[in-house]
Amino acid sequence: MTTEPRKPPPQYVLRVKRALGGQAGWTGLAVQILFAAVLAWVTYEIVANARANLETQRIASGFGFLKNTAGFDVSQNLISYTGSDTYTRVFLVGLLNTLLVSGIGIVFATIIGFSIALCRLSPNWLVSRLGEIYVEIVRNLPLLFQLLFWYLAVLAALPGPRQSINLFNAFFLSNRGLVIPRPIGQVGLDPFLVAVAIGILGSLLLRGYARRALFQRGQAIRIWPYVLGLLIGLPTVTMLIFGVPLTFELPQLKGFNFSGGSRVIPELVALVVALSTYTAAFIAEIVRAGILSVHKGQMEAGSSLGLSRGDTLRLIVMPQAMRVIVPPLTNQYLNLTKNSSLAVAIGYPDLVSVFAGTTLSQTGQAIEIIAITMGVYLVLSLITSAVMSVYGWRINRSLGA
Amino acid sequence: MKRVPLALTLAAAAALSVQAASAQTLKTVTDRGMLSCGVSAGLPGFSSPDDKGNWTGIDVDVCRGIAAAIFDDPTKVKFVPLSAKDRFTALQSGEIDVLSRNTTWTLSRDTSLGANFTGVTYYDGQGFMVKKSLKVNSALELNSASVCVQTGTTTEQNLADYFKGNNMKYEVIAFASADETVKAYESGRCDVFTSDVSQLYAMRLKLANPADHVVLPEIISKEPLGPMVRHGDDQWFDIVKWVLFAQINAEEMGVTQKNVDEMAKSDKPDLKRAFGTDGNLGEQLGLTKDWFARIIKAVGNYGEMFDRNVGAGSKLQIARGLNQLWNKGGIQYAPPIR
Repeated sequence: MTTEPRKPPPQYVLRVKRALGGQAGWTGLAVQILFAAVLAWVTYEIVANARANLETQRIASGFGFLKNTAGFDVSQNLISYTGSDTYTRVFLVGLLNTLLVSGIGIVFATIIGFSIALCRLSPNWLVSRLGEIYVEIVRNLPLLFQLLFWYLAVLAALPGPRQSINLFNAFFLSNRGLVIPRPIGQVGLDPFLVAVAIGILGSLLLRGYARRALFQRGQAIRIWPYVLGLLIGLPTVTMLIFGVPLTFELPQLKGFNFSGGSRVIPELVALVVALSTYTAAFIAEIVRAGILSVHKGQMEAGSSLGLSRGDTLRLIVMPQAMRVIVPPLTNQYLNLTKNSSLAVAIGYPDLVSVFAGTTLSQTGQAIEIIAITMGVYLVLSLITSAVMSVYGWRINRSLGA
Repeated sequence: MKRVPLALTLAAAAALSVQAASAQTLKTVTDRGMLSCGVSAGLPGFSSPDDKGNWTGIDVDVCRGIAAAIFDDPTKVKFVPLSAKDRFTALQSGEIDVLSRNTTWTLSRDTSLGANFTGVTYYDGQGFMVKKSLKVNSALELNSASVCVQTGTTTEQNLADYFKGNNMKYEVIAFASADETVKAYESGRCDVFTSDVSQLYAMRLKLANPADHVVLPEIISKEPLGPMVRHGDDQWFDIVKWVLFAQINAEEMGVTQKNVDEMAKSDKPDLKRAFGTDGNLGEQLGLTKDWFARIIKAVGNYGEMFDRNVGAGSKLQIARGLNQLWNKGGIQYAPPIR
């Protein structure tokens, strides 16, 4: 009598079982379903109970308030806004202000951070000590104090608007901020922008072509004259044909303040300076750790090939270090974005200040507004980390890891 | 700074989930042996800690009066300093029993916050303070000025209304706390500091050179300031309301902190009713018969409270004005104790 070997269950069943139930198989799956059900029930109870209690205490709830008129003004708005707009508009104004300060902060923090890291690794004793002092002082003081320091110190140092520091009658620096000429678009603006776009695109294509030629055929092509022509020549020619793209409106002192021109408010400057110098201290340490994690033989190999120290760092060490740097760097970017909510302390109208602050106290709808605000920070953070993940994945791929 | 509202809201969500809506606040307070009172963090004359760490001010005395009525001991109060934007959440969540924090009585606050105003402790109005050196004599000359204001207040909206209504441009810079606002004003970031007039006088004392600053004559809004309690507990609402009424009635009847013991022996029918030698009005409130005497002994009548904290007997030197009794040219008026 022959025994037929029992057929193994199809692979996909096992895979599903493992994915859902882990090591414990179907029992594990049952536990997971039960857990999810309990979680859903608890969430439902909390929401339903909070709603019922809000109703019995006659506290306003729901999101209807977003359509109501805000009735207050905001000092910096990137989109047009007046007091007669709705709370939704206030939300957008605050969100854009948060994005602005985070974006600028991240750029500066990265630049300063990398520079400080290179200082600390410099063979020059003085430079490396200076880098060390910077890091130890800045990262060990509370951010809120640094923020207030920059704000009040900078304000105290600057003169009033009538005694502004004047550059060419176009730039004015005072404790009301930096007033600069405002660009006003003319007929020539659109063709000019198109020309610049073509220039940038063309230069990128050229660079790609040159790189391929170098890597595949070992042929070095000099592209900079063409790039220069594309980036400067093309826009200049369009300008000659279509006329000037921009004229500038000069600021003038009228009454208490300047009218005309654009203005960078001191709150924005103080916030960007505080956030970027503070975060830079952490980034510097991350970058230093990343560079030190690359074996020093790589550096020596670079110099034995005849590369300069800078070239070795740029071409050999940095690409390998980035693999280590990117994940903690993402953390710092997220921290910077979240720390920007300290803005309320110095009167910068960010999301927390105008929405979770003024709007909340005017409407009293704490639960809804805090939920929206938390949601926004969560989404911003997830987007940042998604972008950084893609970047990290590309680095790993290019290193063949 | 940013963690406070979050924590409060989470506390609110949690508390709202467990707490029954018809809370018996008086019982909670008696069981705890302590009244929890929300005040502002440092506004001279209204609520600020003195150099020995004792809280003083009108808003503070309102709470001491309530504590005296319940415990016969005005010190049984825990003061919770709150920023303007956190105050309502603290009340809604049950963290405090009464909010006595120079809060303006408005329709939307009365209806949408799940809380009620119990009365008016101080009739105020919004004004402007500028440096004398600017040589401004009227708020109508403030076109294009930069204005510092505390966020989360009715002030922000009044300001927008006023400048819009008068076709003037301005720049608003809003700060989380009164101290930060004043610091920015002092450093020259703003030309104008705006707030309730009583606050302007109070904050002016904190400036390096109070005499260099002037409060402009325009009053641009009505700001009746008063204590708030949660919806759904009428007994507690009555108690907080009548503590203030008792003080106003006391001033009207000439009962003061000094003569309260003599007056208690009086034969006058209105005094007998108030002191509980005739009838049981105090017990009807859920308090004791001698509730009236307890309050006046602890914090004095309304006039004494006013003078001591913001009036002639204080550094602020604010005139009684609207806050004078109704029969002396003001509008402070309380229903009779009977």
